[in-house]
Amino acid sequence: MSPGKTIDLHLFLCCDCGRKLQVSLSPSCLFVFFDIPVVPPLFGSPLPPSTQTRLYSLCVLQPPPAKYGGRHTVTLIPGDGIGPELSGYVQELFRFCCVPVDFEVVNVDSAEDDITNAIMAIRRNGVALKGNIETNHNLPSSYKSRNNLLRTTLDLYANVIHCQSLPGVRTRHSNVDILIIRENTEGEYSSLEHENVPGVVECLKIITRSKSLRIADYAFKTAREKGRSRVTAVHKANIMKLGDGLFLECCREVASGYPEITFDSMIVDNTTMQLVSRPQQFDVMVMPNLYGNVVSNVCAGLVGGPGLVPGANYGKDYAVFETGTRNTGKSIANCNKANPTAMLLASCLLLDHVKLHAYAQIIRGAILSTLSEAQLHTADLGGHSSTSDVVQSIMDAVQSAGPRTLSM
Amino acid sequence: MAAHSSLLSVFKIINPRWNGRIGNTVKVFGTTFTSHRNKTSLTPPPAKYGGRHTVTLIPGDGIGPELLSHVKEVFRFSCVPVDFEVVQVNSAMEGEDDIMNAITAIRRNGVALKGNIETKHTLPPSVKSRNNVLRTTLDLYANVMHCQSLPGVQTRHQNIDIMIIRENTEGEYSSLEHESVSGVVESLKIITRNNSLRIADYAFRLAREKGRRRVTAVHKANIMKLGDGLFLQCCKEVASGYPDITFDSMIVDNTTMQLVSKPQQFDVMVMPNLYGNVVSNVCAGLVGGPGLVPGANYGQDYAVFETATRNTGKSIAGKNIANPTAMLLASCMMLDHLKLYEHASSIRNAVSITMNETRLHTADLGGQGTTSEVVQSIMRVIQSKGQLTSEL
Repeated sequence: MSPGKTIDLHLFLCCDCGRKLQVSLSPSCLFVFFDIPVVPPLFGSPLPPSTQTRLYSLCVLQPPPAKYGGRHTVTLIPGDGIGPELSGYVQELFRFCCVPVDFEVVNVDSAEDDITNAIMAIRRNGVALKGNIETNHNLPSSYKSRNNLLRTTLDLYANVIHCQSLPGVRTRHSNVDILIIRENTEGEYSSLEHENVPGVVECLKIITRSKSLRIADYAFKTAREKGRSRVTAVHKANIMKLGDGLFLECCREVASGYPEITFDSMIVDNTTMQLVSRPQQFDVMVMPNLYGNVVSNVCAGLVGGPGLVPGANYGKDYAVFETGTRNTGKSIANCNKANPTAMLLASCLLLDHVKLHAYAQIIRGAILSTLSEAQLHTADLGGHSSTSDVVQSIMDAVQSAGPRTLSM
Repeated sequence: MAAHSSLLSVFKIINPRWNGRIGNTVKVFGTTFTSHRNKTSLTPPPAKYGGRHTVTLIPGDGIGPELLSHVKEVFRFSCVPVDFEVVQVNSAMEGEDDIMNAITAIRRNGVALKGNIETKHTLPPSVKSRNNVLRTTLDLYANVMHCQSLPGVQTRHQNIDIMIIRENTEGEYSSLEHESVSGVVESLKIITRNNSLRIADYAFRLAREKGRRRVTAVHKANIMKLGDGLFLQCCKEVASGYPDITFDSMIVDNTTMQLVSKPQQFDVMVMPNLYGNVVSNVCAGLVGGPGLVPGANYGQDYAVFETATRNTGKSIAGKNIANPTAMLLASCMMLDHLKLYEHASSIRNAVSITMNETRLHTADLGGQGTTSEVVQSIMRVIQSKGQLTSEL
């Protein structure tokens, strides 16, 4: 690695490329050299065809993820249900692989203060791994969903879920590879409801131009970065003409700045129908909050269930990783039956984010090799294995694949 | 043969007494609920002059006109005593006259069969979706869709039999949007107690009538606590009055995920408007696609039948490749509603026999058959199964 501080650049996610970034810090600006094509900062001007290495200057001070003595500190929020046990396995695995990450565990209970503590810890560390926090229906409705509060306070505007058919998992559809980018902070989840007349409830769905432009830009940048060729916007603008119409218009504006990427749009009902018949036609999808919720769950179901898909929430300054479908899994909590794959893959996304690509690759490889063994499938994949067996097998795979202590 | 004709004559005796007094509401709610409903309002019966019903036909756009002409052809061939009053609705016009004419015609006749009317994006946003205007003006509050795996159609999931009841008039489809601050749009989703109770009641009554054992409410009450919370509460209240039917609830994201992995677990589902849209399309995709599933919109006084997924099918319009099954099955539902059961079952039977022959599958089912071939085959089956004119 080059001298100088590593910088956390949330706009550029090199989850799978594993390429090194050389960084140097000067007093007023940050100069970053990439050996990948660089995405221009704002709403897209065409890529110049010349050299690969580009000078990209950021005259903004980004908070780096906490890194003291070479070790990162990451906030860990266990959550409810299967969250605590899966987080425990993540910690165990990281310790086993000697990953230079320390976890700052923040438990979130039902009190208001706890979530503020968690948010402060995430602001401090820059990165977090979380389980889902249950929203109790019995509490009054002024009590917002904790997960939602966390996302909106930290402005984690992009939820990215990569659904791909994993080898070794038998599903009805094969060769599914869809990247879903969902707006994470507004839309139907504004929690703004009121009852002016008794018996009549109005829920507000908010769509703003700035956030729609932001998420569309994020989607196109990610698509370009990952070499994807098509972005589909999912909407219901024939009914919600102003709201989803605005969203669609923003996507179209941003699309005009990315001529190499095809842009099309599809109404959400047709999208879900196409997803269950022919999911291979989709590449990258961008959509507002509620449709994103539904579509990401459909895609998760298509590739094998909630136990397999990791999810990431990115903001300008922070990143929070969790399972893709955000289940608490209350019914299988503490039964040693939960599938640890989603949480472990989410931790790999975390490692990629803090640029520990080598570790991420090792763990991911171990997970995929374990998944291809049918006898190690947990109950949700139709097998009989327990969580601890799967984790043990992953650790064995890591051990056999890694360097031996004698050779280091 | 003798038994059949005697049954027919018995049926003809019972029919006139029912039709005049009770009207369409009996059809949808079952015989136990007639007295309560009809005392409060004069429900117009479906128009029946000289033994022939008059039904409003709205061709719509895309594949609507061609499919509805096939329906007319099949009806004429099978000597179904239904006359169609065709009302054209022009989707390109900004004025509401066309759709108001259609609505008047439906009020007059009581029953309609429609194709989907396109919502053009080029018109200003003040022009509401015509289909939506029709549903809300006529207060067709229940959209019922029955998704079942059809024999002869190969799908990834088998033994699916889900009844979806979707609230059709409020929810996210209120078309109430405003832009108070430039760049910030607020869309209102309205949930009312009355409409939620009404749809929940409809769902449970239908479940009881059809002998179903479980009703699942689909919601997102963990986020929309007041709105979907009210809906869920209304469903629970109504459920308490039907102890023979199990009631449970599921969040919409989990529901869609379960639907793509294990759809056999669902029986009857009731939900607000938008979730209904998504879930019904997922289910339609599971049983074979938009060309197979019919849908019905029921109100207190009117009933409108159409394809369940409400597609215009612009890209395949006029090419003779559309699947006529959904529209024909919708017309069978209409015949059931008008109490022309024997005609309905003969056409339905012919459709399923034709569905079994793979070489007659249209493009959406992976075959190469054309629409006209399928319709011809259906008519041939009706001819072979029906009475010979010499016997009448």
